[in-house]
Amino acid sequence: MSTPTAVVNVGADLFADAVEDQAVPVTRVDWRPPMEGTEADLAAVAADPLRRTANERALAAMLDVTATLVDVAPAAELLGLERGEFLHAGPPMTWDRASGPLRGALMGGAALEGLVEDPEAAVPLFESGSSVSLEPCHHRSAVGPMAGVVTPSMWMFVLEDAATGRRTYCSLNEGLGKVLRYGAYSPDVLIRLRWMGDVLGPLLQAAVRAQVDSGAGPVDVTGILTQMLQMGDEAHNRNRAGTLMLLRDLSPAMVLCSEGAGFDSADVAGSLRFIGGNDHFFLNLAMPACKLALDAARGIEGSTMVVAMARNGTDFGIQVAGTGDEWFTGPAQLADGLFLGDYGPDDANPDIGDSAITETAGIGGFAMATAPAIVRFVGGSVPDALATTRRMHEITLGENPRWSVPVLEFQGTPTGIDVTKVCRTGILPQINTGMAGKVAGVGQVGAGLVTPPAEIFPKALARLAARAVARTPS
Amino acid sequence: MTSPGPTHVELRPGAYADSVTLLQVSRTVQGLDGVVAAQVAMATTLNIEVLTGMGFDVPAAATPNDLVVALRLDDADRLATALAGVDQALRDANRRESGPAQEAPPRTTGSAFRRTAGTSGHEAIALVSVPGASAFVEAMDALEAGQDVMVFSDNVPLEQEVALKRVAAEHGLLVMGPDCGTAVVGGLGLGFANTVSPGPVGIVAASGTGCQQVLALLDHAGVGVSSALGVGGRDLSAEVRGLATREAMRRLDEDPSVELIVLVSKPPAEDVAAEVEEYAGTLATPVEYALLGPGRPDLTAATESVLRRLGREVPAWPVSGSAPAGAGAVRGLFVGGTLASEARLITELVAGTQGGHTFVDFGDDEYTAGRAHPMIDPSIRLEHLARAAADPATGVLLLDVVLGHGAEPDPAASLAPALAGIGKPVVVAVVGTDADPQGLAGQVRALADAGAEVHLSNAGATRRAIELAGGHQ
Repeated sequence: MSTPTAVVNVGADLFADAVEDQAVPVTRVDWRPPMEGTEADLAAVAADPLRRTANERALAAMLDVTATLVDVAPAAELLGLERGEFLHAGPPMTWDRASGPLRGALMGGAALEGLVEDPEAAVPLFESGSSVSLEPCHHRSAVGPMAGVVTPSMWMFVLEDAATGRRTYCSLNEGLGKVLRYGAYSPDVLIRLRWMGDVLGPLLQAAVRAQVDSGAGPVDVTGILTQMLQMGDEAHNRNRAGTLMLLRDLSPAMVLCSEGAGFDSADVAGSLRFIGGNDHFFLNLAMPACKLALDAARGIEGSTMVVAMARNGTDFGIQVAGTGDEWFTGPAQLADGLFLGDYGPDDANPDIGDSAITETAGIGGFAMATAPAIVRFVGGSVPDALATTRRMHEITLGENPRWSVPVLEFQGTPTGIDVTKVCRTGILPQINTGMAGKVAGVGQVGAGLVTPPAEIFPKALARLAARAVARTPS
Repeated sequence: MTSPGPTHVELRPGAYADSVTLLQVSRTVQGLDGVVAAQVAMATTLNIEVLTGMGFDVPAAATPNDLVVALRLDDADRLATALAGVDQALRDANRRESGPAQEAPPRTTGSAFRRTAGTSGHEAIALVSVPGASAFVEAMDALEAGQDVMVFSDNVPLEQEVALKRVAAEHGLLVMGPDCGTAVVGGLGLGFANTVSPGPVGIVAASGTGCQQVLALLDHAGVGVSSALGVGGRDLSAEVRGLATREAMRRLDEDPSVELIVLVSKPPAEDVAAEVEEYAGTLATPVEYALLGPGRPDLTAATESVLRRLGREVPAWPVSGSAPAGAGAVRGLFVGGTLASEARLITELVAGTQGGHTFVDFGDDEYTAGRAHPMIDPSIRLEHLARAAADPATGVLLLDVVLGHGAEPDPAASLAPALAGIGKPVVVAVVGTDADPQGLAGQVRALADAGAEVHLSNAGATRRAIELAGGHQ
C-alpha cells in the first residue's frame, strides 16, 4: 500500500504530532463536543442512507433557481388575502404573545385597511380575534422584512423561477426610520403607505409589465444579486448597489409607461426619488429571490438543509428540507449592535423579520466578507468579516458558484445551512439585522448582528433522527 | 432622553463617512468625559429628525452632503477636548488594523477534507480519536470524502460500527477500528505504532498491542512489514462479520510487496472464521492465522510460524537482566489489552486457574473513562504497582511497556524509579523496536538496571514470571 500523503486528525493532538514526526502533513480538526445531548441523534442522521443524496439534491435544486421580477400587484389579488387577514413575519404568532413592533405594525395595517380609524383603536379588534386572523408570510409563499405585516391592499413584488413558474412575493420597502415594518404607525407612516398603494405600486406594475413584454425581458433579480455582492452589498443590511441597479433597469420603463398608466412626471420623479433614496429598496427583492431558491429544496426527505429562518419578534423559527412544514422555534434573541440617537439596548425588541431568509440562502451575514462595512455594527474589523464568512462555511453544505466573494479569491458564498453541522460545531448562523423598538409605534432603534437561539437546531435534529430511524427497516 | 446642558452643533460640508462608521464614531464620542449626548451623522432627513428629537437645533442650511457634529456637554469648557475627541474618532474609524486574516482551523472532518480536496488526492486518511459517542459522524465524513479512516476511539456502539463498515464496503474504503490502537499504512504509523522496515509481511489485526507484539518480534528477526492494518476488536464478531478484515486483506493482496498476510485476532465465531477463510482462499497471497485463544499458539509462537513459512530463521528472543524467585501470585499489570489476555491464557495453560494470579488491563474502558490511555499517562498503573508490591500475597510483578509513536516519550523514566527497591521480583515485556522514538535498547537497559528482567516476548515474560512465582514450567 502507498503511504498516505496527508492525514486529517480529529481528536488527540499527540497522534497528529506522531504523524508530523514521520514527515507527513496533518490537517488538525479543531474538534469540540457537539451541542449537549445531540450525539445519538447526530449518529442516527449520519447513518441515514438518504441524507447524502438528499442534501446534494436540496443544494442543487436551490442553486438551479433564477428569480426574475415578473409583476407587481396588490396582495388581495396575488395571494387572495381578504379583509381582516394579516400576514406577518416569522413562525405562527398570536396577538397575546406578539411583540411591540409586530403589534404596532398590525395596528397600522388595520388602519390602512380601514378596519379602524385610529391605529390605537385596533387593539380590541386583535384581542377579540373574531374579525381578524394572523398567518405567517411563509405560509403564503411570501416573506416580509421586520414585522412583515402584509394587508390585502399592499402592493407586492412577484418573483418567478423561469424554469418552473413557481412564484414568491414580498411587499414594497418603505424606507428607514419610522416605518410600519419597524412597528411605527403614526400618520406619516400611513400617508407613505397610501402613496405607495396609489402611485408607487401601480407605476411599478406598469413598468414591470412593460419590461417583461419588452425585448429585454424581466429584471433578473438573481443576476443583480450576483453583481451587488461584488459591489459591497451583502443584500441584507446593505442593498445600495442592488437598489441602484434596479433603478437603472426599471427607470426607462417607468418613464415610458407613466403616461399610459395615468401618472404625471411628478409622480415618476417622486417614485424614482423614493427608490433611489432608500438604500434598502432592493432588500424586498433579495428576500423573495432567496425564498424562491430555498423553496425548491422543500420536502426532500432525508435532507438536513435549513430552508427558512424567520422571526416574529417573539420566536425564532427554522424549517428544514427533510421535515416538511414544521417550525422549530425558540426565543428570539436581542441583536448586538449600534443604536440610533439616544436609544440603547433596553429600547430594542428581540429579533424580528423574515429577512434572515438571506442568510439561509448564503448571503447577508454569511457574505459579510464582501461587505466589510457591516461588521462595524458590532465594532468589528475587516478580518472579522472575513472570518465570519469563512466560519459559515463550517456549517453549510456547499458554495454558490454564482455568488462569489472577490476578497476571498472569489470563493462562492457558504450555502445550505446543515442542521447537523450546526449541532456538531455549535457555530450558529450569523445574521445581520435591523433592530425595532420594543414599544409599538417607536420604529427603528438600531442595527446589529444576531444569531438564532441555539436550541432550535437540536430540536430539528431530533425530528430528522426520528424520521430516519422510522424509515430504516430494523 | 434629553438632559439640559450646553450644546454644540456644527456642519462640516463635504465631509463624508458612511452611516455605519458614523454610528460607531457617535458611540465613541458619547463615551468621552464631559459628553452627555453626541450624534455625528450625515444631515439626512432621517438623521435631522433624530437630532431634533435629541434636542439639537440643526441649521436649516444642512444638506445630506454635510456632516453634522452635535454635542451636549456637562460644561461648555469641555468643547475643545470633545471636538478633539470627535476628530480622533473619525480618524480612528478610517484607520483600522487589518492584519492578515488567519484562517481558522476546520471544525469537522468533512470540512478538513473539503479544504484539502484537490491537494491530497486519494492518498489521505483520517485518524479519529474523539469520544466514542461522536466518532461515528467524524468517520462518516471521511468515508463521504472518499477516504479511509482509522477510528482509535472506543465506546462506539456496535450498530454504528456495522453501519460505518457497510458504507465503507460499498465504496471500497477501509475502516480501521473502532477501538483500533495501531496501524502502519504503507510505512506510516498511526495511533500507537512501532517503526518497522518495509518488508514482505502484511498484517491484518483485530488487536492493537497484539499487532505491536508481532511487529516487534518480526523486527527483531529482521523481517519487515509493508502494512499493518487494524480492524478493531469486534470486526470478526458475528455482528460485524469481518467487513473490515476482508477489505484489509484485499488491500494487502493488491500490494505486490506483500508475500504473506498475517491475521492477528482473537478466535472469531466459527461461521465468521469460515467466511474469512473462504475469502482468504480467493486471494493470490497466502494467509497465516495468529488467533489468540485457549489451546491456540501465543503471539510469539505464531510469529515463529510466520518466520518459518517465510523460510527465515527463528531467533532467540532477547532477555536482559534477571529477576529472583518470589513466593506468591503473579500480579500482571498491563497497558496492552491483548498482552494481558495472552498472559492470562498462558498462565491458565501452564498453572491452571488456581494460584490467585491476576491480570489487569489498565487500557480497559473502566480505567480510561475520563483519562488518557496508560500508554500515554502511566500514573494509574504506577499507583497500582505500588499497591501490588506492598501486598504480601504478591509473588512476582509482571508488566508490559509498549513503545512506538503515540506512546509516552520515555516510559522507563517513571517506571524504573518505581521499580528500584520495590522488594518484589519484576518481569517486564518491552514491546518495541530500535527505530521507535523511545529507542528499544535504552528503555530495556534502564529497566534492567532498575532490577527488572526484561523480555521482548510477552509470552516469554509470562512463562518466566510463573516460573519465578513457583508455578509449573
